[in-house]
Amino acid sequence: MTTLAESGIATAGRQPKLPTAPLGPLLLVAPLVLYLLVFYALPVAAMLMRSVTDPHWTLANYARLPADPVFLRVLSTTLTTAAVVTIGTMVLGYPVALAMVRARPVVTNVILAVVLLPFWTSVLVRSYAWMVLLGRHGLINEALTAAGLIETPLRLLNTALATHIAMIHILLPYAILPLASVLRQIDGALLRAAAGLGANPWRVFRQIVLPLSLPGVAAGMLLVFVLSLGFYITPALVGGPRDTMLSMLIAQQVDLLNWPYAAALSATLLAVALALIGLTLRLPTLRQALRGVRR
Amino acid sequence: MPRGDVLGEVAGAAVSLVGLEKRFDTVGAVRGVSLEIQSGEFLTLLGPSGSGKTTALMMIAGFEQPTAGDIAIDGNSVVAIPPYRRNIGMVFQNYALFPHLTVAENIGFPLKQRGVDRAERNRQVAESLAMVRLSGYEGRYPRQLSGGQQQRVALARAMVFRPRLLLMDEPLGALDKQLRESLQIEIRRLHAELGITFVYVTHDQEEALTMSDRIAVMNEGAVAQLGAPEDLYNRPVSRFVASFIGESNFLPGIVRGTENGFVVADCSGTIVRAVLSGNPRQGDEVLLSVRPERLRFANIASDKAGENCIGATVTDAVFAGERCRYLLQGDGGVPLVLKEPSGLAARRAPGAAVEIAWAASDTITV
Repeated sequence: MTTLAESGIATAGRQPKLPTAPLGPLLLVAPLVLYLLVFYALPVAAMLMRSVTDPHWTLANYARLPADPVFLRVLSTTLTTAAVVTIGTMVLGYPVALAMVRARPVVTNVILAVVLLPFWTSVLVRSYAWMVLLGRHGLINEALTAAGLIETPLRLLNTALATHIAMIHILLPYAILPLASVLRQIDGALLRAAAGLGANPWRVFRQIVLPLSLPGVAAGMLLVFVLSLGFYITPALVGGPRDTMLSMLIAQQVDLLNWPYAAALSATLLAVALALIGLTLRLPTLRQALRGVRR
Repeated sequence: MPRGDVLGEVAGAAVSLVGLEKRFDTVGAVRGVSLEIQSGEFLTLLGPSGSGKTTALMMIAGFEQPTAGDIAIDGNSVVAIPPYRRNIGMVFQNYALFPHLTVAENIGFPLKQRGVDRAERNRQVAESLAMVRLSGYEGRYPRQLSGGQQQRVALARAMVFRPRLLLMDEPLGALDKQLRESLQIEIRRLHAELGITFVYVTHDQEEALTMSDRIAVMNEGAVAQLGAPEDLYNRPVSRFVASFIGESNFLPGIVRGTENGFVVADCSGTIVRAVLSGNPRQGDEVLLSVRPERLRFANIASDKAGENCIGATVTDAVFAGERCRYLLQGDGGVPLVLKEPSGLAARRAPGAAVEIAWAASDTITV
């Protein structure tokens, strides 16, 4: 009797756990890891190898980079575009994310649908849509002319501005979703507490909401910036002839069958993205924010 | 002090709630609450979840807008004033400390909003930390503190700007029993030291009884009874209050008549006397109530004047540390609970036939 009761207590006190073999989790992710290895990691590695082995072991392809004025201009265009697009999505996306979190559930769902709807449409379709809107005889020019605001159509399409507008539009969900997810996690009691302690709505935002949302801001910015770096279709369709992005330069080199140089450019693009991810994760404000929020 | 400060400089604020109502969609959360909270008093809103106590508190703080009625602080209506200009201290159940700010920055937050300069802020933060016995914790972040310490920081933050009214929404709800008891004492001490008005919300009747000057028992959005803890315990006006505050035995009966300030009722064959209240007439149905600790086992059939007496069978005996709790079946089938100090006499076994007696003056009609 006693032993029965004792063993009963002992089991009740123990945390119930799923039985796991030592290799369980490893086996579960194995198929995906294998898939990525064969169809992603190996080709990328082979391509990167090509930048240093074609036609023989050499760093010549990289040595060419800093001296190539085309590469330097393209790199600067790429970084500038990514920066402008990142800032643009944040400025436009933050209020939307805030509205999404604050609104009644029905309104939240409507906003979410509006944010996600374009997300489910192909980038190609959306880029063509912008061509229709921004073209010389596009909707915007026609409307402005009809309103008598301009006499000759503005040059909107095939400019850096067009690239920025279209990319901001395409990348907005990537900014809004991480922001909304972080904003939603902010405890409403904190906002009430701040108001009760004498902070007006602006100060509640400035001193509580904004600092607590910094991890979301950083995540959104990183996502948008890194995605912007590799944009190809949109700048190719709506961008100006002089606004070549790095991915377009790579495509050009591939067209010229200059594989080793294309590989070196790809490696550079990858390195810039990785460096940025590393840097962002080390950002003191982000780390402080994460430290404060993490339990 | 900034402009728009609705509270003056002296003592505790007097708060009056007049016909306060709050409906969410069509559901009434608070249905016509009128209360005069006196300057410097410790008033507790006590009730089960959904009784409207927290909603009432949120309306005083300004986080909820009343559907009808008025809230006045020191005679001035505050309904149209936003929370950040009401100058009311507030402590939340989950502490609501700002996770990205240190203890000092958290406590300094209300001072910063009021334009107090850094040096003065540091001085007042240190003073207020000393008051909650947490000196030296200035540089910590909230997550580096235990639950009890976090709640003390929250208290310090709610008091540092010297509000004249402090609202507390189940501030000890998330803490374990021992910590809760030590913080209850601390909150009582702070109330005595500061002399400001405290409005405290809890569902824990024991907490309400030990801490409050007065308790407003709330049920279904209305005040069921308002009074000092002892009044509520000894003279509950309804079955709800009698069973919500402490434990009660209920004996349904038919009025036989009245004598010398007592009502005499027939409870399934047993004659029971209770303190007369109202104007019961012969044949009326009444519900009599008596506290379990007022019952005792009568060894001999005592039929003293002013005593009620009933035969019963023990159905269960539970040892609960300082007290022993007996579940009984009274003659006529009414279930009874009797509590006696566990040091007393021999334990009675289930099945034993016993006589129970208690004073008629401990019996009330509810």
